[in-house]
Amino acid sequence: MISERDVKHIAELADIGISGEELDEFTVQFNDILDYFDILDQVEAEATKETDLYNVFREDVVTPSLPQEEVLCNAGEKEDGFFRAPRVM
Amino acid sequence: MGRLHFSAPDPYHAFITRIPDAEYGEGRLSGEAVAVKDNISTRGIPTTCGSRILEGYIPPYDAHVVELLKADGAAIVGKTNMDEFGMGTTTENSAFGPTLNPADTGRVPGGSSGGSAAAVASGMVRMALGTDTGGSIRCPSAFCGIVGMKPTYGRISRYGLVAYANSLEQIGPMARNVSDISLLMEILTAHDPRDSTSINCPYCHKPDPDIHGLKIGVPEEYFGEGVDARVASTVWEAISLLERRGAEIITCRMPSMTYALAAYYVTCTSEASSNLARFDGVRYGPPAEPKKQWHDSFQERRREGFGKEVRRRIMLGTFALSSGYYGKYYAKAQTARQNVRNDFHRLFCEVDVLAGPTMPTIAFLLGEKSDPLSMYLSDILTVPANLAGVPAISVPCGTVDGMPAGLQIMGRWCGDEQVIDVAYAYEQGVSA
Amino acid sequence: MSPASLHKTAGKIPDPDIPSEEDEVIIGLEVHCQLDTRTKLFCGCSTDYRDDDPNTHVCPICMGLPGSLPRVNKKAVEYALKVAKALNCRVLEESEFSRKNYFYPDLDKGFQITQYDKPLAVEGVLEIEGDEGDKKVRITRVHMEEDPGRLVHKGGTDRPKYTLVDYNRAGIPLIEMVTEPDLRSPKEARRFLNKLRATLEYLAVFDSEKEGSLRVDANISIQPKGWFEKHGKGLEERGRVEIKNISSYKGVEKALTFEITRQKNLIRRKQKLESTTRHFVETRGITTSSRSKEMEQDYRYFPEPDLKPLRVCEWCDHIELPELPDARRARFMDQYGCSPNHARTLTGDLRLAVFYEKVADVDNQLAATWVADTLLGELNYRDISIVDMSPSHFIELLELLREDVITDKSGVEVLRFILDQLKEGCTCEAPSACVTRLNLAKAGDEGLDAVINEVIGEQPQAVEDYRCGRKEALNFLVGQVMRKTRGRVDPGDVNRRLREMLPKGGT
Repeated sequence: MISERDVKHIAELADIGISGEELDEFTVQFNDILDYFDILDQVEAEATKETDLYNVFREDVVTPSLPQEEVLCNAGEKEDGFFRAPRVM
Repeated sequence: MGRLHFSAPDPYHAFITRIPDAEYGEGRLSGEAVAVKDNISTRGIPTTCGSRILEGYIPPYDAHVVELLKADGAAIVGKTNMDEFGMGTTTENSAFGPTLNPADTGRVPGGSSGGSAAAVASGMVRMALGTDTGGSIRCPSAFCGIVGMKPTYGRISRYGLVAYANSLEQIGPMARNVSDISLLMEILTAHDPRDSTSINCPYCHKPDPDIHGLKIGVPEEYFGEGVDARVASTVWEAISLLERRGAEIITCRMPSMTYALAAYYVTCTSEASSNLARFDGVRYGPPAEPKKQWHDSFQERRREGFGKEVRRRIMLGTFALSSGYYGKYYAKAQTARQNVRNDFHRLFCEVDVLAGPTMPTIAFLLGEKSDPLSMYLSDILTVPANLAGVPAISVPCGTVDGMPAGLQIMGRWCGDEQVIDVAYAYEQGVSA
Repeated sequence: MSPASLHKTAGKIPDPDIPSEEDEVIIGLEVHCQLDTRTKLFCGCSTDYRDDDPNTHVCPICMGLPGSLPRVNKKAVEYALKVAKALNCRVLEESEFSRKNYFYPDLDKGFQITQYDKPLAVEGVLEIEGDEGDKKVRITRVHMEEDPGRLVHKGGTDRPKYTLVDYNRAGIPLIEMVTEPDLRSPKEARRFLNKLRATLEYLAVFDSEKEGSLRVDANISIQPKGWFEKHGKGLEERGRVEIKNISSYKGVEKALTFEITRQKNLIRRKQKLESTTRHFVETRGITTSSRSKEMEQDYRYFPEPDLKPLRVCEWCDHIELPELPDARRARFMDQYGCSPNHARTLTGDLRLAVFYEKVADVDNQLAATWVADTLLGELNYRDISIVDMSPSHFIELLELLREDVITDKSGVEVLRFILDQLKEGCTCEAPSACVTRLNLAKAGDEGLDAVINEVIGEQPQAVEDYRCGRKEALNFLVGQVMRKTRGRVDPGDVNRRLREMLPKGGT
């Protein structure tokens, strides 16, 4: 059973904005969904474990980088070859 | 070699972006109009994933599959509509409006590759690419009455596919017949070392309709409670046809189905919560508000740019991975997933392929499914193949109330050739 | 302490369960070094970005464009395994990459690909010179991860603040080495870092001269002596402070020293210390409280689904390590007869060791003394790297010294002259030419005798004092001769000759 406060906390942890209305709606929906997920509590591990792919490597050889203009071409805000972002402090 | 004039009307809203005069070259697809789902990167062509947060984004590179299509002469005529970031079963979650089902415009085409399915079903294009994370190729194929295939995980490179759930998703072909599916498989399975999860197993096969002696398993769970009785009986008829063509039908059980859907949704939302963290507006997409502080700006961008379903899934995934809950959700989901793999493995020791309905119902009415959980539950028959990474195809097998129903064939890992053969056998059997 | 009180405490053994006056410092380090590969960890962009414009060493993968996928650099893994082996670690049978999820503009995917549950290697050890003799510092784990981009903070005075981002550094391979809290002083921490740096350079996997190639997080708390050892963790009211992102070796020592003072003051005032994160301000030599909520971060680690696991034990078994600092130190003592101190100094830096071996044949001991005791100091003073010093010039200098052509003092003068020229970027004059030009060659005996006679003539009082048995007078006279010869004579020679030439006293 998770509360509105829990849902608000998750939204903060995920750095995702939700409106007050959505908070109510999501809380109800999450409880339904998480109740459904509870079925996983019964899962027990079985013996078999398949051998998957491993050690997939690339050689240390330089390949061309994108030209600076292409790197920046989709950016909304840029300055002197840098991306501009909102202040972090 | 030439330019294709592509001006067919789009009454179903299959496309987000159209290229009216696409270039084409020489090759097996020379001059063919191919539509590409809008979560597959196309150089110079906007790629939105059905989301406002990528509005205006133009990739500076082509996905591996797009390179392959072009190398074989195809004309990329447009990017098709989809549920935002692949999250949905109806294409109603697109930020750019829903796609309509050509068989009945009051109904959904299925999702998330609804645009590609409608483009093919309506005859606008001969072939399209979709992506399948939990049924997103097979569902719209079944709902629209076309053929759609999810290959073995790793057989088609994901390089260039905007990630939603990396360990589950695959790009796959959609067309009106199995031969075209097979042709696309030949073209798209060329190995790509840029995808570290890809396997080097190119498909090189002509569909063979001879299924004498083939063992087809039918899991009880695929004909359980939640499946519409008329869909069930239509699919049984299709399976009976296969029996008349020489296959042996064996009923079987898949106990892991009990928690397959939960395992799927925990896994895909967890991976999605991480994959979608990069959309901050700094490098692409509409920029974040520069006057605010970083976190406030970032939060606002995500609230404005992501639709409700996307935000819901990001939050679910964040929760499933969070400290204190990782063991209960994510770790358990991986164990469940291994059990699903084991079930398939065990079954494929007894049978060659599995058969059942693709979807538990026919296409819903637009706006019918508003509750998320009930929407998720409709994926129950398609997610096991994604969890296990095995190949699965949906082939149209009749109608219910005038709406198409799909027969799903699943095969063993790297058994795509056999899956296509069975689908081909059915298709040939029907036309015979 | 009075003898009486000394006597009182002599027989008393402090009870470690009771926080006593005797505290000890508990320090652990997390060291991040950039691996010196040609390309980044997950893409083929060149790592040689330092002199180039921003965002010119970037591709879809390292800028995290939607749809891009990482590919593991084999060389980076090889380098990391070499480090793990040199640190005597146990390599895990299967290790994997994980995602560390948080949101920051320098992290273009919204997560960092690192290693969490299954690092590359664990349970290693590095032996260092401790405060009380040699000590083994335990290495908890060694793992690989990618560097984030670089932020430049702008505005604030004339315009609203904002941040500029350059992704050239994003994706550079890092190796992270974490120690157990085994260090007991800032000096030990510095010695550990020096030994670690030297080891990584000997392995040729790291270049310490590259700016920003090393970053250290240090954690420190002050505990009652013996408490930590006994309980495996500290007293709650003493807290534990983590100082993040220190970017120089000296900085680590300074930051820790400052922290000890700060914490001791709080303890003395009987205040509870919070477990917090602090930031080291290099320019002021202090630590400040960090505004970021680092401690509360939930990184939601999970295995990276776009990469396959590593099974590299067998590969590690076949890796051959080059000669490491300790082995080289032993060899220097054995092969060149170096003293333990000289051997330690000379092998403490790879370039220094290599230089020494190039010049040692002139005269092992002479070379050791001059490289370790003189050259090193003069280089550090001028902030010049030893790679800029010409070995052949140094050999020439050593030969002049060995042949007694010049005094030690003159030798230093020549060396300083050469290094000053180096610093200014002029072409260097050869030592012998320098000696000739500056007339530094040792004066012959006739020359010396002439000067001594001059001084005897000028200082009758001192001569008389000497004759009466006052030994200080001799030193005075030696000084006078040295002044006149401007150091071109050996003081030992002057002393000897003066005694030969001065009239002897009766007593």
